[in-house]
Amino acid sequence: MESDANHILDQVTQGEYKYGFVTDIETELAPRGLSEETIRYISAKKNEPEFLLDFRLKAFSHWLTLKQPTWAHLKIDPIDFQDIIYYAAPKKKKDLESLDQVDPELLATFNKLGISLEEQKKLAGVAVDAVIDSVSVKTTFSDTLAKHGIIFCSFSEAVQKHPELVKQYMGSVVPYTDNYFAALNSAVFSDGSFCYIPKGVRCPVELSTYFRINAANTGQFERTMIVADEGAYVSYMEGCTAPQRDENQLHAAIVEIVAMKDAEVKYSTVQNWYPGDKNGKGGIYNFVTKRGICKGSNSKISWTQVETGSAITWKYPSCILLGDHSVGEFYSVAVTNNHQQADTGTKMMHLGRNTRSTIISKGISAGKSNNSYRGLVRISKNAVNSRNYSQCDSLLLGEHCGAHTFPYIQVDNKSSVVEHEATTSKISEDQLFYCQQRGIDTEQAIGLIVNGYAREVLKKLPMEFAVEAQKLLAISLEGSVG
Amino acid sequence: MLLSIKDLHAGINGKEILKGVNLEVNKGEVHAIMGPNGTGKSTLASVIAGRDVFEVTSGDVSYQGKNLLKMSVEERAREGIFLGFQYPVEIPGVSITNFMRTAVNELRKHRGLDPLPGGDFIRLMEEKKKLVEITSNLTNRSVNEGFSGGEKKKNEIFQMAMLEPLLAILDETDSGLDIDALRIVANGVNRLRRPDNAFVVITHYQRLLDYIVPDFVHVLFEGRIVKSGGKELALELEEKGYDWIKNEQD
Repeated sequence: MESDANHILDQVTQGEYKYGFVTDIETELAPRGLSEETIRYISAKKNEPEFLLDFRLKAFSHWLTLKQPTWAHLKIDPIDFQDIIYYAAPKKKKDLESLDQVDPELLATFNKLGISLEEQKKLAGVAVDAVIDSVSVKTTFSDTLAKHGIIFCSFSEAVQKHPELVKQYMGSVVPYTDNYFAALNSAVFSDGSFCYIPKGVRCPVELSTYFRINAANTGQFERTMIVADEGAYVSYMEGCTAPQRDENQLHAAIVEIVAMKDAEVKYSTVQNWYPGDKNGKGGIYNFVTKRGICKGSNSKISWTQVETGSAITWKYPSCILLGDHSVGEFYSVAVTNNHQQADTGTKMMHLGRNTRSTIISKGISAGKSNNSYRGLVRISKNAVNSRNYSQCDSLLLGEHCGAHTFPYIQVDNKSSVVEHEATTSKISEDQLFYCQQRGIDTEQAIGLIVNGYAREVLKKLPMEFAVEAQKLLAISLEGSVG
Repeated sequence: MLLSIKDLHAGINGKEILKGVNLEVNKGEVHAIMGPNGTGKSTLASVIAGRDVFEVTSGDVSYQGKNLLKMSVEERAREGIFLGFQYPVEIPGVSITNFMRTAVNELRKHRGLDPLPGGDFIRLMEEKKKLVEITSNLTNRSVNEGFSGGEKKKNEIFQMAMLEPLLAILDETDSGLDIDALRIVANGVNRLRRPDNAFVVITHYQRLLDYIVPDFVHVLFEGRIVKSGGKELALELEEKGYDWIKNEQD
């Protein structure tokens, strides 16, 4: 009976990726490989100011001195950085004034993913900055945002129109010296989003970017910068899907968030990149550095992530709680199936007094995958009266997957309190039978139970994202039973 | 005939528990199955529902003329078999509303119907909640999580009301209930009785049958139905105790 249950779980959890397709859009490519010339090519293509080229070149020479980190609980095939194309942009025919002018192939891609720009524009009140490969194609709602003085555009556009802001903040939270992949990104980043909310402005819409990796053999290196000035508020959503490919695609992004006094930034991610096939062939390598700084007092940064894709995920959205009374939050659901590997978690660095952080991590492992939570909570000497609460749960589906928890805690004063809870559970035979007895098949039952398990995190997502995330959780564990 | 069980033998891990059960249930009937602990009452319920930890070694079970033993658990459920669990399991984070909506729509899909629109579903739920006197926002809570014994059983009856089964098997629904909860649960069942459905009520004690009046009472002992009769058999059992059956068998 035990083996029967396993058999069912195996079948259910060996689902194939549903979003595998390649969009045929003419693409302009940089020469293959990484060198100073590549960097100069990218910078020239983007007509960048001198300071940015300098930044890239410094980052590159620093990167050359580094070695790829090996501390994560991941098995990574060697990456040939010379076999990657570092810049790919859809060939631009002319400037776009309306959605009607967007490449129909592109719109069709979005439609397949269920994220029609037109619908979103009309219905959801969501401003969308769609990134296909490396160049932002279309930004909507810019008028509404402009009225409030909000800047929301592609990173490249920000470089041209607001170089002083870019210069001031870029690298201030994640310096290019931070780590191997951050250095790489800083050298070759292509595009991304830039967002600035002025003093006292509450952004009236959810800002949303859909990233998408598309051209064959192209690494994508986005860079996102969000600055919320004093008393500002913004909720930002990042969603990702990528078409099916055999080659491993490297992805090394940087996200930097700055929250000034009394500001609040909510950053939500749904990541559904190609995880590779059932046998572990292909899939995205996702090495991301995400970090926010609560610079002013009473500021707040909240990360919410639903990670279901990628062959390898290496990602620790973190908060530096510098301002007194600042708050950091991390809510995460990470699903691994088949041969996927995830090593993800967060760092909460308490520097200010009375700072608070909350970590809720829900790992779900199936197939032959490995899912690790890695978290650091550090409370410095000066961060008196600080608090952290961490809860790390793991759910196992089947017998061949692994769940691991690596919590690191360092408290340097006596007035602070750190709590850590961890559980590991399985979907029980009783739960499955109960669902089936109500007419719900195994596959759907697993979807329900998994969504229930992750609810604490899912409810932190903006509404339109929550629905997508719920579907995604079910889809990523879906298989041939039914 | 709704359900026909012929010479059913079944067990778990090679141990035979049901040793030749015969039972016939027609539409419109309420059957009570009584018996001491460990005689196979819950096993019988589980086998009818299709729980695969139990192995059927011989015998036939037909339901609406079809071979029940060939059907999957969810097929049986969609064809109208409902099991009210003795120990309903908790499903953290899944609200009863969401759970029932999934179940109701699966049932509708099976019948070739479109999913029930949200508003209609809520109305249906409110109507059925009254039936089991659920006034709180129980349906917003996670399935059985942190429920009292009474709430769990009310929830089972509520789900039965939502799914409108043809054959409902209630496995010791009365266990752990105080008298008020017992009355509510029994009233729920009584309101759901129709000429086209049937109930098999499994119970250890006679007291539930004060509220749910059965047409037939069967005594299950050591894996076989050893005595059948009308509702008066339950009273006789109450009076004489199960030793009476044991002695008769010896």
